Amino acid sequence: MSREDIRELQGRRLHKIVDYVYHNVPFYRNKLQEMDIEPDDIQTIDDIVRLPYTTKQDLRDNYPYGLQAAPQSEIVRVHASSGTTGNPTIVGYTRKDIGVWSECMSRCLTAYGITREDTFSVAYGYGLFTGGLGAHYGVENLGATVVPASTGNTEKHLRLIRDLGITGIACTPSYALHLAETMGKLGIRKEDIKLRIGAFGAEPWTEDMRREIESRLGLQGFNIYGLSEIMGPCVSYECECKHGSHICEDHFFPEIIDPETLQPLPRGQQGELVFTTLTKEGMPLLRYRTRDLCSLMEGECECGRTAVRMTRIVGRSDDMLIIRGINVFPSQIESVILSTQEFEPQYQLIVDRIDNLDRLTVRVELRNEFMTDLLPELAALEHKLADKLKSVLSIRAKVQLLPQGTLERSQGKSKRIIDNRKI
Amino acid sequence: MIQQLSVFIENKSGTLLQILELLKNAGIQLVATNIVDTMDYGICRIIATQPKLACTILQEAGMSANLNEVFALQLDNHPGSAADAIAAFAQEGVGIVYLYSFLLGGKGILIFRTDNTERAKQIIKESNLQVINEEDLQHLY
Repeated sequence: MSREDIRELQGRRLHKIVDYVYHNVPFYRNKLQEMDIEPDDIQTIDDIVRLPYTTKQDLRDNYPYGLQAAPQSEIVRVHASSGTTGNPTIVGYTRKDIGVWSECMSRCLTAYGITREDTFSVAYGYGLFTGGLGAHYGVENLGATVVPASTGNTEKHLRLIRDLGITGIACTPSYALHLAETMGKLGIRKEDIKLRIGAFGAEPWTEDMRREIESRLGLQGFNIYGLSEIMGPCVSYECECKHGSHICEDHFFPEIIDPETLQPLPRGQQGELVFTTLTKEGMPLLRYRTRDLCSLMEGECECGRTAVRMTRIVGRSDDMLIIRGINVFPSQIESVILSTQEFEPQYQLIVDRIDNLDRLTVRVELRNEFMTDLLPELAALEHKLADKLKSVLSIRAKVQLLPQGTLERSQGKSKRIIDNRKI
Repeated sequence: MIQQLSVFIENKSGTLLQILELLKNAGIQLVATNIVDTMDYGICRIIATQPKLACTILQEAGMSANLNEVFALQLDNHPGSAADAIAAFAQEGVGIVYLYSFLLGGKGILIFRTDNTERAKQIIKESNLQVINEEDLQHLY
């Protein structure tokens, strides 16, 4: 499609989605009325700058179904992502939404070079997280053979990769490196497997990591980007040029804004990525602030696709951490610690990457009055906190006890998080 | 029973010295000490000449320290006396949680904690074991 045709399509779809949320989501109707905007005021894609932003806080305030536009009878699936302080974010999908998602996912896979002849292993977690099922449906929709490996049980997975001649894989880049490590331990060589294409995402990664994964697994590695609030994996994908990720902008309209002033930034400038869902029925969102920092790239891609490209995510405009592909907000950890009387309301988070797997260490101070002469009691306290954190974060953290008063009391948040991962 | 001081120690060099120097500067003498450790931290258990003062000093210096009571038995200084004493607890199914020992004034001293304090007290009485208290300990210095 030419750029003009894309913009014309986006304009039509934007008008339609604004009209749809205006009549189906009280939250948006109130916002638009406050701003004195009628759906008919929005006719072209340039009018998007008049629309209000949506934030994660809005999703939390309207938990669980407040922003849902379709009646519950039309919702065929829900996914949930972690919230910042307890409430997860619930996203409902209609049958048509699942269809669009699968189609966009198939589009990503096709760009990577996957065809019906491939056997493709999905090694994202299946469940509330969108990674597993999202990729799964895309592979099936394309007609390739899907192996729903999910996460964990790396050795069994590697045997399947070898024995079934699996040619494609979707997982986090750190898990891909973990696979390579485990291969070495099992004595499986690169020549013993047929992997040729990897779709890697759900966490930031670097060109160095790409080179390492590609050489150790003997495949071509491509970026995939997505977020559950907007859809899941499929929002953007790299083509064979591996120079920026093409956005499925017929469904997800991207903008870059200044996270401080909230003003849209010209193309090419770095800022916060914002998406408007142009076709979604279940939970359409207007100008959703992703908090991911990147820029949109100018010019046409050598592959011939006209869809706009986004650069790698270079950071966040909040303090969210991505650990083993899971979003972790320090505020979640803080609320768990505050609800546990044995610990001071001080903490430090240390994120390391050991053997290519992310490790989260939560350092907490034991209150003096809970000091004991019994070592097992201290170990039990560590386990209790680790279990509580696991239930809130969905990942296991190592808890490290410290004597009261050890951690530096600083005003800023910076000292609380030490990310040693160099990504 | 006697007072034992327990101090949380981070697993980094200099922490133990800091404790010992604080006690030294206050003129408090160590009678016995014992450290249990994990990968990341440990507990330093101390029998000192002035346990309450020692605890206050360490707490004021910002350390996690507390006092608790432990059993102290005085044994004759000959082979097998510890075995005979512990046998009394084992026969009654009372577990020893931790134990350390030292010689003081020609006597063997066993410091320990059991998993059933009340029952342990009865056993000591029934078995005629020579239990010592804070004051007895002072006489042995």
